[in-house]
Amino acid sequence: MFENVPEYISTAADGLWITVGATVAGIAIAAVLSFVFGLAMLSRLKTVRVIARIYVEIWRGTSEVVQLYWVMFALPILLGYRLVPLLVGILVLGLNFGAYGAEIVRGAVQSVPRAQYEGTIALSMTPAQRMRRVILPQALVEMVPPFNNLFIQLLKGSALLTIIGVSELTHQGKEVLIPRNVSEAATIWTVILLFYLLLAILITMGMRWLERRAAALVGRQPTKRDSVFARFGGGKDPLPAEQSKGGLADLRRKGGE
Amino acid sequence: MNDVWQWDYAFEVLPGIVGGGLWMTIKVTVLASILAYVIGLGLALLRRSDLRIVSMVAWAVIEFIRSTPLLVQLFFAFYVLPDIGLLFDPVTTGVVVFGLHYATYAAEVYRAGIEAVPRGQWEAATALSLPRSRTWTKVILPQAIPRVLPALGNYTISMLKETPLLLTIGVLDIVGVAAEEGSQAFRYVEPITIAGVLFLILSYSASLLTRWMERRVGIAR
Amino acid sequence: MIRFEDVGKSFGPVTVLDGLNFTVAPGEFVTLIGPSGSGKTTILRLVMTLEQVTSGVITVGGEYLSHMERGGRLVRADEKHQREVRKRIGMVFQQFNLFPNMKVMQNLTEAPVRVLGKSRAEAEERARELLDLVGLNDKVDAHPSQLSGGQQQRVAIARALAMQPDVLLLDEVTSALDPELVAGVLALLKDIARTTDITFLCVTHEMGFARDVSDRVMMFDGGKVIEDAAPDKLFSEPDHERTRSFLQAVLERG
Repeated sequence: MFENVPEYISTAADGLWITVGATVAGIAIAAVLSFVFGLAMLSRLKTVRVIARIYVEIWRGTSEVVQLYWVMFALPILLGYRLVPLLVGILVLGLNFGAYGAEIVRGAVQSVPRAQYEGTIALSMTPAQRMRRVILPQALVEMVPPFNNLFIQLLKGSALLTIIGVSELTHQGKEVLIPRNVSEAATIWTVILLFYLLLAILITMGMRWLERRAAALVGRQPTKRDSVFARFGGGKDPLPAEQSKGGLADLRRKGGE
Repeated sequence: MNDVWQWDYAFEVLPGIVGGGLWMTIKVTVLASILAYVIGLGLALLRRSDLRIVSMVAWAVIEFIRSTPLLVQLFFAFYVLPDIGLLFDPVTTGVVVFGLHYATYAAEVYRAGIEAVPRGQWEAATALSLPRSRTWTKVILPQAIPRVLPALGNYTISMLKETPLLLTIGVLDIVGVAAEEGSQAFRYVEPITIAGVLFLILSYSASLLTRWMERRVGIAR
Repeated sequence: MIRFEDVGKSFGPVTVLDGLNFTVAPGEFVTLIGPSGSGKTTILRLVMTLEQVTSGVITVGGEYLSHMERGGRLVRADEKHQREVRKRIGMVFQQFNLFPNMKVMQNLTEAPVRVLGKSRAEAEERARELLDLVGLNDKVDAHPSQLSGGQQQRVAIARALAMQPDVLLLDEVTSALDPELVAGVLALLKDIARTTDITFLCVTHEMGFARDVSDRVMMFDGGKVIEDAAPDKLFSEPDHERTRSFLQAVLERG
């Protein structure tokens, strides 16, 4: 039963690199979009807030598969030319998870205590200085654990690229290994699942390192968690929307003595 | 034929997508949610077991399922279940896999809800010599479950958006039907856009429902 | 130095301040006392521009704070105008509000460098002097989270002084401290008040301190000043029954 395992591993590994590449590129795009649109949702300009909100709602409200199909098959009709599947996959991963990430950034910035904002006013800082020097550095610490979840969800989401024909890890199983050895499906899929588990652990280790760095920055201990696996809550699930924690969101609401 | 958007084609495909696909999306989501919330509660209780080996195994299962792609798990079940004599039809396979996958998320939600019940409640139950099972069913869970309903609702919304994965094992949901129509006519813009809009409507109404639950729970507390 | 003209402030339907008039002379130390909810902290927050007036006008050092002149007319101040005026104003908060992502030194130099445009060397030198003054020159490289409440509040005082303010607002600066740390912080403030010509506006429940350090004490109730007198007069023979009962209640509490 196990004599073919080395072959399975080497064949799967061919797709592993595409999975890794798509995940890393997707994370890079998602991270940039998260900050751009997360901060845009906190803008003082209503137009900017509305545009950011529309992006977030559309990409969170539809399904990743719809988005893959749309960019792969519908967009070319509007655009006039086709994108290669891997590029489509990376774009969709980045845009989809960037929308979830934007909510993380917004929530983290709003969770910075209002007192910190008042401290910056008492020191006459400009709005840009307040955000860059005081609010964002503190918000970063809050963001790391939910971003860890999000990036693992993104890794898992990269498996869907197989639907538009990207020969990543899952594709290697479904289209290469299974047709050859359908009687050993259990072994094949276990090998592939373990590859994904390994990648998820690597992401978590990386994020733990980041979290320690970020926590040191604000001079406090990182949150305690059981192990490299253990993470907070759900991840890609919609955040309980518009739940302000008495932070910057309440700036416009005045508080009494 | 070169119009960017063709209304008559859109109206031609709409009934199929709504009638066949939408119904399948809702059916799978509802059934798998029920399964997930029941199994999830079981996993959460196993996770809290006093037997270290039991809680360790529950932890490992939860983390493994949560960290790996639903799609691969779907393929695993689709190809392996028949080998061990479980001849499910594809819809049942989908419901079982979705239910199990989301059960691991639900387990974490229940766990957080249970931990949020103040220690004093356990101590009061002990002081009244309530048996353990009675403490769980009459004291702890009635306090924990209402609080976790909104979070569970959010997972149902996530699940809704993953039902298109079922097209890989031949179950056609909204996107499945839309893609089928698109491939027949070599025109994807209308069916896929309709599918996207349907998802927007579904997840928006589901989030309204969740928010309503959040308020209800807030009042009950 | 500070002038309130008919200042009113409401939060929705709740009126906190109602037609308030008072002035604080340059270099004066004025303490606001009164029951909680009487609007004392709101006054400080208005001066710091953390809140905006509902009606009336505030001036600081002869410049409009709540408003500005544009085309010969008085209009509500915009953020830019307020940022300019509030450079002259500093505030020490009840909860310190130090920036946890910066070490002590950076907490003290950040605003002087970025807002006042001082050179880093100059800002650091000044910061060291101030840390000497507050007795924490060994904590230059500490994170705020490593300091006790009393130490954090001393750093916060130094941070406010680093901006060389003309006006310093003290908002219940000892309320969040452990009882044994209160005396040290108050002694420090007294020292600063005596040796500088900064104008102080102070909200406190420490009546001994208020009596000791203030030039004037204002008793507040229901959004109005009901008594405004030198501390000796106000604490020993207040004119108003309300002041008397308030002081008695505070003294009985200890």
